[in-house]
Amino acid sequence: MKNLIEVKNIKKNYGKKEAVKGISFNVQENEIIGLLGPNGSGKTTTIGMLLGLLKPTSGQIFIDNLKLENHRIEILEIINFISPYIELPKKLTVKQNLNVYAKLYKVQNIEERIEYLSEKLRIKELLDSITGELSSGQKNRVSLAKALINEPRVLLLDEPTASLDPEVGDFVRTFLEEYKKEKKISVLLASHNMSEVTRLCKSVLMMKNGEIIDQGKPDDLITKHGRKNLEEVFLKLSRSKNEFN
Amino acid sequence: MSLTRIYGLFLRHFYLITRSFPRILDLVYWPTIQITLWGFISNFFATHTTYYNNAVGVILTCAILYDFLFRTSIGFNMLFLEEIWSRNFTNLFIAPMKIGEILTSLVITALIRSLIGLVPAVLLTSPLFGISILELGIFLFFLFLSLYIFGITLGILVSSGLLRFGPSFENIAWSTMFLLAPFGCIYYPIETLPEVFQKIAYILPLVYIFEEARNILINQTVDIENIYNAFIWNALYFTLSIILFYYSFNAAKNRGTLINMGE
Repeated sequence: MKNLIEVKNIKKNYGKKEAVKGISFNVQENEIIGLLGPNGSGKTTTIGMLLGLLKPTSGQIFIDNLKLENHRIEILEIINFISPYIELPKKLTVKQNLNVYAKLYKVQNIEERIEYLSEKLRIKELLDSITGELSSGQKNRVSLAKALINEPRVLLLDEPTASLDPEVGDFVRTFLEEYKKEKKISVLLASHNMSEVTRLCKSVLMMKNGEIIDQGKPDDLITKHGRKNLEEVFLKLSRSKNEFN
Repeated sequence: MSLTRIYGLFLRHFYLITRSFPRILDLVYWPTIQITLWGFISNFFATHTTYYNNAVGVILTCAILYDFLFRTSIGFNMLFLEEIWSRNFTNLFIAPMKIGEILTSLVITALIRSLIGLVPAVLLTSPLFGISILELGIFLFFLFLSLYIFGITLGILVSSGLLRFGPSFENIAWSTMFLLAPFGCIYYPIETLPEVFQKIAYILPLVYIFEEARNILINQTVDIENIYNAFIWNALYFTLSIILFYYSFNAAKNRGTLINMGE
């Protein structure tokens, strides 16, 4: 399997503070990898560096074999991102927003793409609605449509189901599973929802204080740490003093 | 440079303006009020002072020119701030847009925003005050172009500050024009300023633009050197603003401002 994301010993310092301390990992094609860790562990900083929003202090990032430092625009064409902390312009209709982003990503057959995504994500009836007037579940699906507008080969998800009711959360997770299977994309999923991570991720990276303190398949980690589920593993590692290095 | 991407970002702001009647009203309202107010002041001075009595509308013309500058600069800043307020900033900067494409799109959109406000105000001056800004002739184009470049330059400088320092720089965005206005000699000749201030004024393109507007209207002559000087200073400041924007973008990537902007 081909590595679509290759992270080699990246560090990020803010002055004297080390936010990310030399982490390395790969994400292969058709694979969802979970990025777990308590608040302030360096997950968002890592995602920011993968998106080219943050410059690593040292280390290298390759997306689809292209070095991010030298091929930012080409890489941004095949990558996309969703987070509850960023939104689409509220005053525009859903269709206008998707149309704008389709143009920014130079999507061919825009109408067809919007039609396909709106069908798949059940937002067809929302296309003429004002984005700011949607419920959080509807906004989430619209943001997901925006994140898939360019048919990304790499998708970065930061808390994709945060604040969603169980039904919508399950719909989004099922959609992501099917979409990944169909398009063979690579997904890096940062989440605090352990059942979501267990269900979606082939493997997880546990971060703490800017380091990867453990990694492996969810079931293997549960067995290794002698816990009942991933949430208990998470709590154990979060409360530990990095003895798993 | 991709025209599709430039058009895409323009479309985002076009949709925003055309969807909202209050936004269009806001664009038209302030220039109209400003020009009407200065129209009456202009009429008063024209009938009570000898300086202006052979050039009715000098003040009004300068008010229109200044308003165009103000709207262009604020318009550019607004486009940038709009992305921060709507928490769309990160989406924009993870789209595969080159900095040049973002700037080009904002420059075009800022011009259209300014013209939406300015055209109705200019059209009003003729029936209300019997004055036409077109009296400046072909040189009107050069004066407007010069003001447009300087307005955009200020917009880019302020946007650089927003990138570098984050949303806390917003207040500066609103005050830049007010800081420069006294040195621009918009409504008075440069000799009115104290000598120290005159030295500052001479390194700004504004003084050459407004001196020339008055020169054309009062003396009915054209001093090409004023227009030339305005363009030289504009070229210098515009180049510096572009360099600063790129520098701020890289600084923002180091400091993490881009990822925290919408939060």
